[in-house]
Amino acid sequence: MDLFYLSVSAIFVNNILLAQYLGNCPFLGVSKKLETALGMAMAVVFVTIMAAICTWAVFTYFLKPYGLEFLQTLSFILIIASLVQLVEIIMKKQSRVLYNALGVYLPLITTNCAVMGVALLVARKEYGFIEMLVFSSMSAVGFGLALIVFAGIRERLMISAVPQSLRGTSIALITAGIMALAFIGFQGMA
Amino acid sequence: MWTVFGCLVPPLLLSVFVFGVQVLFIAAVSVLSCMAVEAASQKMLGRPLTYLDGSAALTGMLLAFVIPPGVPILMPALGAVMAIYIGKHLMGGLGYNIFNPALLARAFLLATFPVAMTSAWLPPITDGAIFTYLSGIDGMTTATPLAVLKDQGMAAFIERFGEPRDIYMSFFLGWRPGCIGETSGLLVVLGGLYLMYRRYITWHIPVSVIGSIAILTWIFGGESLFGGDPLLAVLSGGALLGAFYMATCYVTSPTMRSAQLVYGVGIGALTVLIRLKGGYPEGICYAILLMNPLSPVLDTWFKPKRFAPPLRGEQ
Repeated sequence: MDLFYLSVSAIFVNNILLAQYLGNCPFLGVSKKLETALGMAMAVVFVTIMAAICTWAVFTYFLKPYGLEFLQTLSFILIIASLVQLVEIIMKKQSRVLYNALGVYLPLITTNCAVMGVALLVARKEYGFIEMLVFSSMSAVGFGLALIVFAGIRERLMISAVPQSLRGTSIALITAGIMALAFIGFQGMA
Repeated sequence: MWTVFGCLVPPLLLSVFVFGVQVLFIAAVSVLSCMAVEAASQKMLGRPLTYLDGSAALTGMLLAFVIPPGVPILMPALGAVMAIYIGKHLMGGLGYNIFNPALLARAFLLATFPVAMTSAWLPPITDGAIFTYLSGIDGMTTATPLAVLKDQGMAAFIERFGEPRDIYMSFFLGWRPGCIGETSGLLVVLGGLYLMYRRYITWHIPVSVIGSIAILTWIFGGESLFGGDPLLAVLSGGALLGAFYMATCYVTSPTMRSAQLVYGVGIGALTVLIRLKGGYPEGICYAILLMNPLSPVLDTWFKPKRFAPPLRGEQ
């Protein structure tokens, strides 16, 4: 039951995008079309889980026992960046289908702050392995959900009579702000 | 639009007898400022002036319906700017808005003036003295049924409003604290049924919203499973108003019937989730705002399958 609450909280209540405002660059960058949003969402789910596992292992078995927690930001950046490159190389060789499906979004995620944010949150809350796995995957699902919904909105905004000066990113930011306003409704939940 | 507006007049008139004559001022300020903002934005954006077509007036009326009866009189005017200018005209005008403008304004006011929006409830007047609250509103606040239920539990609720069996009737008729237009279940439902009879709205969204609120509250709302009170959940708060007038807004809800059912159940489930687990006593406003952005995606997913072969030249 705790894990169920953890998932609901990670997907909706503390949605990584709309409640914690992490990962806004891909949120605005690849949400112009539903297809690209789907690809990005899949890539984020994949990378977030991988990154969370690796950073969790490094944090729990190396940084914490030696009292090196102050190095976590630096080491997590290194781990995530090299991990993404490594995964890309392996995938290119081994699984061409997956590589093509994720496409250009995989290297883009290297600098996605949502991935980094999840890794840091896991370290701060000192989750165990199972909790870490649930939290990271559900956070990534929440990210993907918000991204796909937002892409649906933007496809609709594209054909509406938005004032000329607000076309594109400006109206997208206003809309994202309103969505975040709606997420205030979840305030007070654990 | 004016028909829907007309359906909202009886609850407003009842509200005058329940909360006093100042609700008329709030509604007038809200409606007039919505129309003024509509005219000003259309003028500035170089669009045709359509502020008399009733859509802005309807937004204003709905905005007045979802705020407490004791708020300062200028708050609905500020809400009107948020609703009409930002919520509607910046998104492309009538027919393009993604969020329900009135609820958007309510969420904005609730985030900006949390104290006024959550404490300006007035107790119902019983002796018909509708001018009571014109002077000295400050001392006369009370709490809504859902807030009492949430903060103090069922025992305090029974002490305050009587046994649930006795209060169904008074809640249904509208004699309870609450937002201006949401109190009278009877008049809201009658207006909604009339809209259905005129085929302005269909049964799908209201039934799925109310049904899912009732069933989910019945299952999870009580101390044990299946111990909640579904009738009370539907009659209190803005459930009926939201289900009939807010969730059915053409522009912000899905078009396909099956998508509408999913949309309605989503609103009901989120409402119950926020009511039972969230920090706010009433969640239907946020539930509708959270489901509004899903409607383009829902429409895409529930697009009917095309059986005819593609036309020549279209591949």
